[in-house]
Amino acid sequence: MEALSNAIYKNFIKDDRWRYITSGLGVTLKVTFFAVLIGILLGFLVAIVRSTYDRTGKMKILNAICKLYLTVIRGTPVVVQLLIIYFVVFASTNVSKVLAAVLAFGINSGAYVAEICRSGIMSIDIGQLEAGRSLGFSYAQTMWYVILPQAFKNVLPALGNEFIVLLKETSVAGYIALEDLTKGGDIIRSRTYNAFFPLMAVAGIYLIMVLIFSHFVTLLERRLKQSER
Amino acid sequence: MSDNYNGPLIRAVDVRKDFGELKVLKGINLEINKGDVVVIVGPSGSGKSTFLRCLNLLEQPTGGHIFVEGVDITDKKVNIDLHRQKMGMVFQHFNLFPHMNVMKNLTIAPIKLLGMKPEEAQKEAMKMLELVGLADRADAYPSQLSGGQKQRIAIVRALCMKPEVLLFDEPTSALDPEMVGEVLNVMRELARERMTMVVVTHEMGFAREVANRVVFMDEGVLMEENTPEEFFGNPKNERLKSFLGKVL
Repeated sequence: MEALSNAIYKNFIKDDRWRYITSGLGVTLKVTFFAVLIGILLGFLVAIVRSTYDRTGKMKILNAICKLYLTVIRGTPVVVQLLIIYFVVFASTNVSKVLAAVLAFGINSGAYVAEICRSGIMSIDIGQLEAGRSLGFSYAQTMWYVILPQAFKNVLPALGNEFIVLLKETSVAGYIALEDLTKGGDIIRSRTYNAFFPLMAVAGIYLIMVLIFSHFVTLLERRLKQSER
Repeated sequence: MSDNYNGPLIRAVDVRKDFGELKVLKGINLEINKGDVVVIVGPSGSGKSTFLRCLNLLEQPTGGHIFVEGVDITDKKVNIDLHRQKMGMVFQHFNLFPHMNVMKNLTIAPIKLLGMKPEEAQKEAMKMLELVGLADRADAYPSQLSGGQKQRIAIVRALCMKPEVLLFDEPTSALDPEMVGEVLNVMRELARERMTMVVVTHEMGFAREVANRVVFMDEGVLMEENTPEEFFGNPKNERLKSFLGKVL
């Protein structure tokens, strides 16, 4: 018992080592939040372009660009993308590590969000598009009022899952020496030569965040479903 | 659209549609006048639905012209969205918007496209719901309705845009037999009020009773066009004779 409290004291209390965890958590949340925003925006735009091309044959060139983006991003590891953005793209500028991480994870996530959204849009019966158009709505209006609200409901579980993956994926930000949650725990480990407590604490915090987030997704899902019953 | 136009409401001139090698429409000519109820019949695969969908360009014809109130809507410069506001369409599978309740289904287009005030649009919609006997379903979602109710709502949705013409694409084909009557009754009522309608259907009784002209299509060709009396009583085309022999 005394050994336990001793270990906790050494790993978290002494020298205010818990601050590595809290400030790391802040960085992780910040990076995840802004990466999610970029991912949604990028993914949404790419999905619109791709599904418009699939359905109408328009936007040929944009579609080709989007396909290239998807191929490159989904075909290479996110760590490599992170390193390239920080050490190659921003090599000559003194860009903040947080910004580099936000961009890397956002651009990465956008590719996956795009395919999720596209499958959601394509899952809506073509009759819905025809009904909207037959009333006199333009393609864009039909998308906005008819297709996207239904598609969003269909992809919500997959989208929630993607953001959980993203939250956990940001743990590789240590590769560019960004002090996120994982790196914070690892710093404590290197100071105290004790791996168990800091890493378990880090794992536990990720788990709790994921559980909270899943809970909100389930709530939202249930709310959206109500309108159909 | 032009106020002093006196020609036919819709004039299809040599309308053709190919899907690659497959020629679905081989040059259809048809005029639809104000107040007409034109019923198009024919075996499945004859191109009748494709032709109907060409009339509001849901299907882009590969050849020919479609004039609506004298305007060639196949012209790329024409804003088709404006014309579609005047051409309501009712689909085989209803295609109601499942994420909106009945009232929203009916009012979204008049509010967003005609600029109607929501209260005004709702009042209009309620009046029409009463006419089809569904006023008590205004707050229901499509998944809570029977097929016949869905189709009546779909007809009202098209009517809420105050169209010049209604296009019906096999409106009763997806319905259980006992629900066909309620939909046909609504269509009969519309015909009585001199609504212009073009109807693709297999309901020969409806065609005989309500149509003022019946058209027979087969293999992408318009084979015969006549009054219902002549069409059913004295068919001239050989294919039509054998078709009627099978369905009547």
